[in-house]
Amino acid sequence: MEFSGIPLKKLRAAFFDFTSCEGCQLQILNHEKNLPDFLSLIEIVNFREISSDKRDDYEIAFIEGAVSRKDQIDRLKDIRKKAKLVVSLGTCACYGGVNAIKNNFSIESMVDEVYKENKPETIPVQKISEIISVDLEIPGCPVSKIELEYIILCLALGSVIEKKKYPVCIECKQNMNHCFIDKGSLCFGAITRAGCDSICVNGGLPCYGCRGPSASVNWMSLKNILIDKGITEEEILEKLSLFNSLNEVIKDEN
Amino acid sequence: MLFKTITKENLRTFITNIIKENQTFAPVVVSTDADNNPIYQFKKVDSFEEIKINYTKSYSSIKNFFLPYKEDLSTFHFNENGWEQKINYRVNPRVLFGVRACDINALIKLDQVLMKGSFPHPYYIARRKNTFIIGLDHEPMADCFCQSLDTNEVVHGFDIFLTDIGPKYFMLINSSKAFNLLKNITIEEVKEEDRENYIKEKNRLASLFKSHVDVTGMANLMDIEFESSVWQKWGDKCLSCGSCAMVCPTCYCYTVCEKINLSLKTASKEKMLYSCNLIDFAEVAGGHNFRPKSSDRLKYRYYHQHRGFVESFDESKCVGCNRCQKACPADINPVEVLRDLRKENIK
Repeated sequence: MEFSGIPLKKLRAAFFDFTSCEGCQLQILNHEKNLPDFLSLIEIVNFREISSDKRDDYEIAFIEGAVSRKDQIDRLKDIRKKAKLVVSLGTCACYGGVNAIKNNFSIESMVDEVYKENKPETIPVQKISEIISVDLEIPGCPVSKIELEYIILCLALGSVIEKKKYPVCIECKQNMNHCFIDKGSLCFGAITRAGCDSICVNGGLPCYGCRGPSASVNWMSLKNILIDKGITEEEILEKLSLFNSLNEVIKDEN
Repeated sequence: MLFKTITKENLRTFITNIIKENQTFAPVVVSTDADNNPIYQFKKVDSFEEIKINYTKSYSSIKNFFLPYKEDLSTFHFNENGWEQKINYRVNPRVLFGVRACDINALIKLDQVLMKGSFPHPYYIARRKNTFIIGLDHEPMADCFCQSLDTNEVVHGFDIFLTDIGPKYFMLINSSKAFNLLKNITIEEVKEEDRENYIKEKNRLASLFKSHVDVTGMANLMDIEFESSVWQKWGDKCLSCGSCAMVCPTCYCYTVCEKINLSLKTASKEKMLYSCNLIDFAEVAGGHNFRPKSSDRLKYRYYHQHRGFVESFDESKCVGCNRCQKACPADINPVEVLRDLRKENIK
């Protein structure tokens, strides 16, 4: 493997799943037309969804999912010891994701609600960076394969990974969508980091901020706008907490 | 310029023929807003019936037919000897039907910078030269303030411009291309009553404007009010989302990035329209940001509109279409911003 005459080393990568729907891992296998090129940049040594063959000599560990059980903590610390680079893959790993809704209720009431018998041992949901140090976060529910390809390419080339600082609105306008807020609906695109190509709005759903805050958030203004549209504060906060990804935005308010 | 008239029936035939033979884009309904008003966009049409000829204004401007949100400036192919660069200005001819006067005037402003400026932009020129523009007059909406910016009338920058004068359209023919295309259709000489009806209709349209703003001397006022609290007031509302610049018919600022493709065999230099309201617009190498405050970024957007552009071309960059307010989640209203500024000056 080489780029413009410069030899490159194929990176040894592993993918691990924690509490999640495994959708981000599936994303890795999507965008089939680019898969041969994608797989030429990395050597996958551990990825349960594609192979039963497992090795521990990985350089990069991609962690999908959040932590919700005690035994996951030891597993995570073991991965950290073995990997040179730990990457949180997806909104669950980066922020806790929808799993974190659980934290709003008592553990007992949640377990009782879901399980009649064989009640599991569980702990409040934590994002990966609350347990171990994380070198890179790739949010998204699910992650964007295009963005992942870009990041893998940067890692292979050793170039700087540039995160988009602007919000989803830019991509939404590029896609010629009509603004949800102009329709009188709630949307968090204006405070959410771009990089998803406004995929939800393109498909007819507002942005709920799975990718976390953009680099410039004016929460007070957006909140006032949404209240002016007749959306209740309760609904705003409920939608805002869907992915646990925009919490820091409200912290500014207090 | 030639002046003719065309009956509504003949216009329908004319446009139908154009659609058959060309890629034609015209206003269609894509959505509705909170007040149940239709939202229009220019989309490719396959028949005259699809076109909303009485549309108000398109949500996005037609700018993006000439300045796409994203475009490859060049592509690179790596080989044993190094690399090979490919540049492609080519664009297929297309027709825009139903373009408003303010939007044609917006193109004329872009022409000043991108065609007639010191650094002509060949990609823009190729798109401009290969786009046939048929304009259409309309009753101003309540928030249209193009009259204040002298952009509600057009004298060039289009191929055909139509004004509804009852049973027919008064037609301005402004290119040989348009003249040749019209050879296959019946058009009529302008009669005295047509001239009368045209002037009457023009006067009627001009009298319908409800939104006005005085921009005389605005360039100086901007300098005098550089430290005005008005910028803070509107900056506090601004979400720095860049929507205004995306839909603006004249905002042309951009960023460029180089992309290596996953195969490592090809790469591209991509241009993307950007906005001065975005947080890193004035961030430079090393990470220093010259405009970290949203109020400053908002101010500089108005500076380009009403000061910088005036300095270069003796006119505002703004055409008064008010798309920025429509697209702004925070409802930032350019007329109110400018009025605020003027009021403070009087005080």
